[in-house]
Amino acid sequence: MFLAEYQAKELLAQYGVSTPSGGLARTGSEAEAQARELKCEKYAVKAQIRAGGRGEAGGVKIAASPRAVRNDTEAMLGTVLATEQTGPKGERVELVYIEAAVDLSVSRYLALLVDERSAQPVLLGSVESGVEFERKAYADPNILETLPLPSDFDTSKVDLSDFLARLDLPAGAAGSVATLIKAMARAARETDAMLIEINPLAIVGGVEAVAVDAKMVIDGNALYRHPEFESFAREISVDEAEKVARENEINFVQLDGDIGVVVNGAGLGLATNDMIIDAGGAPANFMDIRTTARSFHIAKGVQLLLDDPKVRVILVNAHGGGMTVCDTIAEGVSFAYSRANRKPPIVFRAAGQNAAWARTIMKERRLPFETCDDMSSAINRAIELAREQG
Amino acid sequence: MTVLINQSTRVLVQGMTGRAGTFYTDLAMRYGSDYVAGVRPGKGGAKHIGLPVFDSVREATEETGANASLILAPAHNAGAAMIEAIEAEVDVAVCVTERVPVHDMLRVKAALSGAPTVLIGPNSQGVLAPGSCKIGVMSTADAKPGSIGIVSRSASLTSEIVAQTSAAGLGQSRTIGVGGDPIHGLGFRRCLELFKDDPETKGVVLIGEIGGGEEEDAADYLASVTYDKPVVALMVGRHAPPQRRMGHAGTLAVFRPASVEEKAKRLADAGVLIAPHADAVAQQMATALKN
Repeated sequence: MFLAEYQAKELLAQYGVSTPSGGLARTGSEAEAQARELKCEKYAVKAQIRAGGRGEAGGVKIAASPRAVRNDTEAMLGTVLATEQTGPKGERVELVYIEAAVDLSVSRYLALLVDERSAQPVLLGSVESGVEFERKAYADPNILETLPLPSDFDTSKVDLSDFLARLDLPAGAAGSVATLIKAMARAARETDAMLIEINPLAIVGGVEAVAVDAKMVIDGNALYRHPEFESFAREISVDEAEKVARENEINFVQLDGDIGVVVNGAGLGLATNDMIIDAGGAPANFMDIRTTARSFHIAKGVQLLLDDPKVRVILVNAHGGGMTVCDTIAEGVSFAYSRANRKPPIVFRAAGQNAAWARTIMKERRLPFETCDDMSSAINRAIELAREQG
Repeated sequence: MTVLINQSTRVLVQGMTGRAGTFYTDLAMRYGSDYVAGVRPGKGGAKHIGLPVFDSVREATEETGANASLILAPAHNAGAAMIEAIEAEVDVAVCVTERVPVHDMLRVKAALSGAPTVLIGPNSQGVLAPGSCKIGVMSTADAKPGSIGIVSRSASLTSEIVAQTSAAGLGQSRTIGVGGDPIHGLGFRRCLELFKDDPETKGVVLIGEIGGGEEEDAADYLASVTYDKPVVALMVGRHAPPQRRMGHAGTLAVFRPASVEEKAKRLADAGVLIAPHADAVAQQMATALKN
């Protein structure tokens, strides 16, 4: 779960991380009122989207007066920011954060992430920072300083001094940065964070470390032990179809094509979409029916495809394994079709456990389907049907 | 020399008394695997589907000589269950559980360091020696004893390739699911090492995907040794939109991960045959074995 900047800052502040004072606004007048309360010389107007790359996409403006804050906010709200991390569809700005602008003349990059390759938390830092940072680090990884942390995030077991020295901090700032690092580590451990990134970290007045921007990613698998994030999760807008799917034991990603795909397993789902696109077709979605899904869950997933007017054909690619068997998938498809107004043709490919039984179910329920034995022929047939329907 | 398990592997099950535990233990025993005990804290002394139940893994290993564990514990207990198996020094621990919190896996990996146990998973369908031993939840319907080692991050695609290699008359020596989670035990590289030394295995199929670093490690290894068996790789997720979590391993966008094409190129440079699509794998392997 990706926390918006204001959520990450609110959380980090509870651990003692210094952040600029600020507040949220949903309208221009709210923004102006927030700015008047701040009483500072310059203000930052920041779009609250759940993805990085915001600065380069125009999601951060510096304003000189509360009136200018209002204008910038009004111009920003409702726009769609497309960054490298949101993908081409972008994310709509519905909320802005107004804060006192901080002097960034001395700033650094700081992050703590769970490194999957080494299976360790790693502290990252750099003398470079700001919106260009990721590009610079990609071009030259040497600008990045790293320090592995113990698996329990206990910073008292490691010596930070060398890491701090490599950040080339002003003489009086090391203590403040060290305190902030310890706070980050505590926050990460207690919230099941996968990433806490502070970019830029401003060194104000040569001594105080201030988190000017903050990004946090919380492990979705650990949310069961964090009821405190329930309100955050509600505030975050998620694609409706993806949400329904998730509640029904299905991993689902909305795409733009006309072939609705019903597949069990992430790997098989990726392989199916690769083959569709290679053959000149366009999948409407990615689907991974989890092993815990029952037929009524699967029916909900199929219904999402039937509700999508772009979908002209349904391709079922089921490989019955030890956990999900083909007939469960056929039952799910059949439930969804029995309630649907629109019944696009189905190409049904089933292999593995209970494949023959699944085909019998499809036949007995009189579903508009045809079968194919292998993936390639099923995919080619689905593409043909989608074209005929178009 | 056998790869991880064989017909004399004695298996205990952590989480055997639950619905899933009962179902999969029964299936594995019907397949002919040697399951000897279940572990369920608080239920020690009981019997379940004909097997003795113990309070702890250590008790179970001491009493029954079990040397492998199948972990079917729920996600919130799975980390502790893996650590218990590692501390009891079973040879092989297979964790099927999905959605184990990442921080729990950090602790599991710390416990694994220097330990004799090989951890497979979590989020793995398990390891299968067709015809002799099944530790996991995979389908065995299409599996046949044979010469192909399959290592994969995906259960569904493994089933697909098992069916293909059986239909092509090749069969499988072992199928290993390393698991779909970003942090896991056994990786592709070690599997390739095990298959290299295994006389039963004549060729290896590697099923890779977007995210993670398994394929890069495998490529580095293959480039560093003389690998005298054909390796065919199926790489999926070529057309997955960037930055969306579609495959198994979620990759954070802080630093750009290698694309599927980059991974495939690294593997190809190390001598691996890249399958053009999922239907072509067994045929490509059969051709490579003839040459």
